[in-house]
Amino acid sequence: MIGMTPWTKNRYLPPVLLVVGLIVTAILPSTGLVNDYLQFVIVSIAINAILCVSLNLVNGWMGEFSVGHAGFMALGAYASAILTVKLFPSAPAALIFPAAVLIGGTVAGLAGIPVGILSFKTRGDYLAIITLAFLMIVKSGLENIPYTGGPRGMLGIPHLTTVAWAYFWCVVAFWAIRNLVYSKYGRGIAAIREDEIAAEAMGVNTRAAKLVAFVTSSFFAGVAGALFAHQLQFINPSSFDILKSTEILVMVYLGGVASLGGSLLGAGVVTILTQCLQPLGTWRMVVLPALLVLLMLFRPAGIMGYRDWNWLKPRLSLKLRSKNEDKAERGKEIVS
Amino acid sequence: MKYLAQQAINALQLGSIYALIALGYSMVYGVLTMINFAHGDVFMLGSFFCLLLIAIVPVPFWLALIVVMGATAILGTLIERFAYRPLRNAPRVSAIITALGCGLVIQNTTLGISPYARPMPHLLDNVTYQFAGITVTTLQIIIIGVSVGLMMVLDFLIRKTSFGMAMRAVASDRATVSLLGVPANEIIAVTFAIGAALGGAAGLLYGMAYPVVSAAMGITVGWKAFVAAVIGGIGNMRGAVLGAFILGTVEVMTVAVLPSTYRDLISYSLLLLILVFKPHGLLGKPTIHKA
Repeated sequence: MIGMTPWTKNRYLPPVLLVVGLIVTAILPSTGLVNDYLQFVIVSIAINAILCVSLNLVNGWMGEFSVGHAGFMALGAYASAILTVKLFPSAPAALIFPAAVLIGGTVAGLAGIPVGILSFKTRGDYLAIITLAFLMIVKSGLENIPYTGGPRGMLGIPHLTTVAWAYFWCVVAFWAIRNLVYSKYGRGIAAIREDEIAAEAMGVNTRAAKLVAFVTSSFFAGVAGALFAHQLQFINPSSFDILKSTEILVMVYLGGVASLGGSLLGAGVVTILTQCLQPLGTWRMVVLPALLVLLMLFRPAGIMGYRDWNWLKPRLSLKLRSKNEDKAERGKEIVS
Repeated sequence: MKYLAQQAINALQLGSIYALIALGYSMVYGVLTMINFAHGDVFMLGSFFCLLLIAIVPVPFWLALIVVMGATAILGTLIERFAYRPLRNAPRVSAIITALGCGLVIQNTTLGISPYARPMPHLLDNVTYQFAGITVTTLQIIIIGVSVGLMMVLDFLIRKTSFGMAMRAVASDRATVSLLGVPANEIIAVTFAIGAALGGAAGLLYGMAYPVVSAAMGITVGWKAFVAAVIGGIGNMRGAVLGAFILGTVEVMTVAVLPSTYRDLISYSLLLLILVFKPHGLLGKPTIHKA
């Protein structure tokens, strides 16, 4: 019985589940089963999962340390909000929103190019400093642009981020990053984490791999920023400060570095935790960094570091799989 | 001309405070090759310790300076002992993350205790002197004098004493130095204490010069000093001082020409520019990182 696989490994299961999920999330709000608050939390988890998995690409798979993720997010949020509020305020939502999210992602992705280029020569501490400088420049730059309201920010952004849209973009982000990290480029990115010089010696184009990682990561940060702006309906530069970056870092390092499942887990746990800690007020902001420190001291790779659930991994190609199964079968024969 | 001279004194004042903080960043980086992001918040706590001290007992300036420096030195040692030392052999990224986390814990705890900015009471009688049309206050003289004095003491300590020699040895090769009988952990702890004490002194001086103290100072001022340390070449003491005076001058000139909201933009752009063209700062030596 070589061909028998458990139903969880069925190749049609993931697409079917995704479509079912999309339908469910699309009709969920109109059924009245979940109230507005629950919808808000679900959308927040999806946005945070996008942020977490995209930062994980740079901080987890590539093993660098970027603290500028909130800066990319800010660019995406502002670019999309300019589109929906300033340029096309009366365009139909179904048309303008996908375009706004895409443009938000593209603007952030373009901003990822210079950061990626700077990462060619610098790494470790200095790259962390560069991303920090990038974050500060974006934040104080936005504070000095009167067009987007300066430090007061932008008000009156239409509420367009529905549960279905958040779910859709979350799936796209996970699908894209999964395919990237299990591809040739992804192996190259992981090789940079293990040993950059050795990777280069083995023929990995480290510059291309770094650029791909940074641009992909910042693109999805921008997408998340656009969704964030159209969820909260209000953005200002100080919503994208170092604390926002820290929040994403906590998700990455709690859930697990270099792990898709870990990103999902981290985003879910941290989002729900911040909602539960809401009564603490300012003290809430003590809990997250403290959690980060404790994590580093006791479990630096996070809950699911370098591991993943099987259903999130891509299946081996049929040819490779039959070869492996042949080997396994032969092994059994020899044993018996 | 007079205007320029006046601005130069302002730049000197800001630069010397930045220099005191930047030295703390640079010393720790020199010894451990680790960015101590929590240092800016130690500086901020220096101001708050001073505030607390004056609220309990009205003490003269010199005593306040000594007490605040002692308190922040203890704090610096505690952070090193409980947050950084367990990670001494962990990947470098873990250490940076921990430092960032520690800084934010300190900052937000302070914010929780004191949500609003507080005015700093006067510690000294501020007398204004006129030299050829240039105004100089006692405060400015004291700030520049204390900073330069502390920097000279530090320079002497590092270059001429056996402790300084041990510190430089730990910086160049920790493993070998430990084998040769130098207590590396103690040296590192003392380095943290000295760095934090300088940060505390800077906190007190900053509180006196710009008499509003807030929890956000660790980022708005402390990280600027970090920028200064990187511009000068992090790990290099004289570079840190040079970078601090350059940054102080640039900031004062920026505010003189543009609205003050552009200050952060200009400083961090300067940092990025320096890193692009001179990745190890003005006086730093390029290092080869081994995997």
